[in-house]
Amino acid sequence: MTIFLNKDNKVIVQGITGGEGSKHTARMLAAGTQVVGGVNARKAGTTVLHTDKDGNDVELPVFASVTEAIEATGADVSIAFVPPAFTKDAVIEAIDAEIPLLVIITEGVPVQDSAEFWAYAKEQGEKTRIIGPNCPGIISPGESLVGITPANITGKGPIGLVSKSGTLTYQMMYELRDLGFSTAIGIGGDPIIGTTHIDALAAFEADPETKAIVMIGEIGGDAEERAADFIKANVTKPVVGYVAGFTAPEGKTMGHAGAIVSGSAGTAQAKKEALEAAGVKVGKTPSETARLLREVYEALGA
Amino acid sequence: MDLYEYQARDLFEKYGVPVLPGIVADTPEDVRAAAEKLGGVVVVKAQVKTGGRGKAGGVKVAKNADEAEEAAKAILGLDIKGHVVKRVMVAGGARIAQEFYFSVLLDRANRSYLSLTSVEGGMEIEQLAVEKPEALARIEVDPGTGISPEKAREIAVAANFPAELVDKVADVFVKLYDVYTGEDATLVEVNPLILSEEGDVIALDGKVTLDENAEFRHAGHALLEDKAAADPLEAKAKQLDLNYVKLDGEVGIIGNGAGLVMSTLDVVAYAGENHGGVKPANFLDIGGGASAEVMANGLSIILGDPQVKAVFVNVFGGITACDQVAKGIVGALAELGHEANKPLVVRLDGNNVAEGRRILEEAAHPLVTLADNMDQGADKAAELANAA
Repeated sequence: MTIFLNKDNKVIVQGITGGEGSKHTARMLAAGTQVVGGVNARKAGTTVLHTDKDGNDVELPVFASVTEAIEATGADVSIAFVPPAFTKDAVIEAIDAEIPLLVIITEGVPVQDSAEFWAYAKEQGEKTRIIGPNCPGIISPGESLVGITPANITGKGPIGLVSKSGTLTYQMMYELRDLGFSTAIGIGGDPIIGTTHIDALAAFEADPETKAIVMIGEIGGDAEERAADFIKANVTKPVVGYVAGFTAPEGKTMGHAGAIVSGSAGTAQAKKEALEAAGVKVGKTPSETARLLREVYEALGA
Repeated sequence: MDLYEYQARDLFEKYGVPVLPGIVADTPEDVRAAAEKLGGVVVVKAQVKTGGRGKAGGVKVAKNADEAEEAAKAILGLDIKGHVVKRVMVAGGARIAQEFYFSVLLDRANRSYLSLTSVEGGMEIEQLAVEKPEALARIEVDPGTGISPEKAREIAVAANFPAELVDKVADVFVKLYDVYTGEDATLVEVNPLILSEEGDVIALDGKVTLDENAEFRHAGHALLEDKAAADPLEAKAKQLDLNYVKLDGEVGIIGNGAGLVMSTLDVVAYAGENHGGVKPANFLDIGGGASAEVMANGLSIILGDPQVKAVFVNVFGGITACDQVAKGIVGALAELGHEANKPLVVRLDGNNVAEGRRILEEAAHPLVTLADNMDQGADKAAELANAA
């Protein structure tokens, strides 16, 4: 099985007519994702032409709203490629339409906008699972891709992966390409995100086909520390961790808006120690992390 | 982006938060003039983006213009925790009856906002939180509803403000929250918020951190940036729209994706332990599309750092194919010509890697070494930096 996303999900693209939206619609279709349409209020009623993975033309309808798109297509997943200034409105529209899963790729969303849409999502009863913003999205190899992760790195397998970073996700999938992944989910590098490490860990724990889990964190905040507490109390499957940013100086944002050490808070060392105290083996480098994962996986005798 | 106190004061004033008059000056003569203009007792305050100014001698009370000028001479040029004072604010004096603390900030863990309030101000908040946690009211602020007058009174009551002060401080809390949302801040802190002997509530100090992601809707925020204090290479990188942080080391780093670049710094630092202790010289994320132009811009920034002895280019081709990255490197080296004068170790993996490696091998640039993987590349770059 996979978590959060499988081959049966029907996907719409908010911002399907834009440059990024168009490029990644094509890539997702090529990866086998069932993209069924898109949303752009100004271009409602038109269609966009793409090619599916078998090389057949597909004409995707553009709708005025997420609600309309769901009614017409039965979509249950949306992915937003919307500029930062319009992201909050796009998210609220998706929440109002009660779409079960929303992936927000956009980087550079003002954090107060994220705080506001998250508060709104909670108020509406969290009917929409939000992944991101500022993330590479989610891939269940061999089934579906809703995001910008390269689909050809590896295939289906027993490893679950949750990461704050896009390229480290790709790197780790590549290191473990012989094993393969049930689902790899990039949760994003912003200070406020929807789906957390803990949400993904809980889902991987519940998924019978995921045998071992890789968790990638980075400096900033205390998500990894809280994930460590969660693992200790709730996760029986082996978890291997990696934390980036040991050499990051205090007070400097390292690329991701959330990747910042403030005073003594949010250091890589503190996160590593918390994870190790919870029984998680933590690699010093991506390659060592892959090696550790291989060890714990082989020890399962699977 | 952290603001200076005087910038925070100006923002407070704009939103109707009661503050004292303040004039910024960077010479003792200007401080004298400011003190004369304000009249009476003034406070000369170092403008640095760090705490503990008072203890370091960066805040002095002056009874008249002569004393203010003397104070300025003592404070300007002072080194406070590595921050050299270039500017002071001359602020009006206040007769303090009581000191309080108030802040509102982003609460990452709860994906919400948090207000921290105490009737025991003046002390560093970290210290207060440890020594007197019971004196600190921590109240969640819902980003949807914010700090309404009712919410502000709830906060004041929770922090044990005396009944006769509740409405007065609540009004200031609402205005400070207006600053927080109106300016897209992630922190607004007032320490101390005071009650004067005249019975006025005044923000005597201010610390504000602004969200750089929100700059597109605040035309004025870019002007608040202290360009003179910025590292010149960081300033140049920013102009070129590159995500660059200068560090103190010898191995220049270029990579794609924030996480992978952070990881590359770590791996290079570990490798450096075996090569004379060389360290990463910078963080530079060129993002998904590594065109020749972006690569050339990145390389020129890194080669402009005199500390750099070798460069490690670590790219995992995701969306961008490795052949495009390789063309970018070859193009950048051609474009830079003699400027490119330091060894380059290149590791490529992922999308179209074989073609990428072929392009670099064919170009056979004398400065370029190809690495098979990230660990090997980091080791080679550290070795070359140490040997140079």
